[in-house]
Amino acid sequence: MLTDLHKQLLNDFQRDFPLVERPYLEIANRLGVSEDEVLSALAELRDNRLISRVGPVIPPNQIGASMLVAMAVPEPELQRIADIVSRFPEVNHNYEREHRFNLWFVAVASTTDHLARVLDSIERETGYLTQRLPLVNDFFIDLGFRLDLSHA
Amino acid sequence: MPNLDETDLKIMRATQAGLPLTARPYHAVAEQLELSAVEVIERMRRLQEFSVIRRIGAVPNHYKLGYRFNGMTVWNVPEEKIDALGQKIGRLDFVSHCYHRPRHLPLWPYNLFAMVHGKSQEAVDRQIEQIAEILGDDNLGSEVLYSTRILKKTGFRSR
Repeated sequence: MLTDLHKQLLNDFQRDFPLVERPYLEIANRLGVSEDEVLSALAELRDNRLISRVGPVIPPNQIGASMLVAMAVPEPELQRIADIVSRFPEVNHNYEREHRFNLWFVAVASTTDHLARVLDSIERETGYLTQRLPLVNDFFIDLGFRLDLSHA
Repeated sequence: MPNLDETDLKIMRATQAGLPLTARPYHAVAEQLELSAVEVIERMRRLQEFSVIRRIGAVPNHYKLGYRFNGMTVWNVPEEKIDALGQKIGRLDFVSHCYHRPRHLPLWPYNLFAMVHGKSQEAVDRQIEQIAEILGDDNLGSEVLYSTRILKKTGFRSR
């Protein structure tokens, strides 16, 4: 069950986190609670994985190189191929999706050369082609996501 | 876009998995990188000003908060209009990510990607209709790919 403080932290602090020495104290002052209450509430949200973190959101390709990749794998082979792909430490999201292209993942590496080598290795080890969908432009205006927490 | 130096990259690498939940989080980062807290704060402010850092704050886990229906919507729109259309779609408050990516013809005709999240299939259907309305005649074809299984998910990390 989420408290009002949890809900405020979830919805009102997705952006403009204070860039001051004691940011949690500043948030606490704005909400009329103590710094410890803010820190514990955020730790609870994080421990229950309702937030992944409190920190900067950095679009792809700002640090290193990233690539969205799609693969079309016959259903009986999917788990085996997915396991091979997931074993690469450069792969950080790997989803099955309902489509002819049924395996979708994001690969991140420090350089574009390294990234290309990883994807070539994945093709070699799996025997399937990777459809590479690099970012051309990012319309990730991202002012945060409005959450409906009325039943949370 | 400013030129990022090694210190900027170090700060982003050290903070992308999250700031510490301690009273003086920037001090903790600064100490780890052998910088001053003032420098960490000032550089993060500058990175945010130039949109290298998009925002700083709590990053919600949509799925755990009840947004179980996430669809990757993909659209085929005229290349010459994609920037204007992408700006409109990216601004919708239910769209978490919106990207222009290359087509791979003939198998993949789609160049605009928008991730939508809803608490029900009906909610997601309405969102998709809204996007289709905005695109109007510039919608030359679309599909929605639902995720059926998460096979691996780790935080964004660069190597």
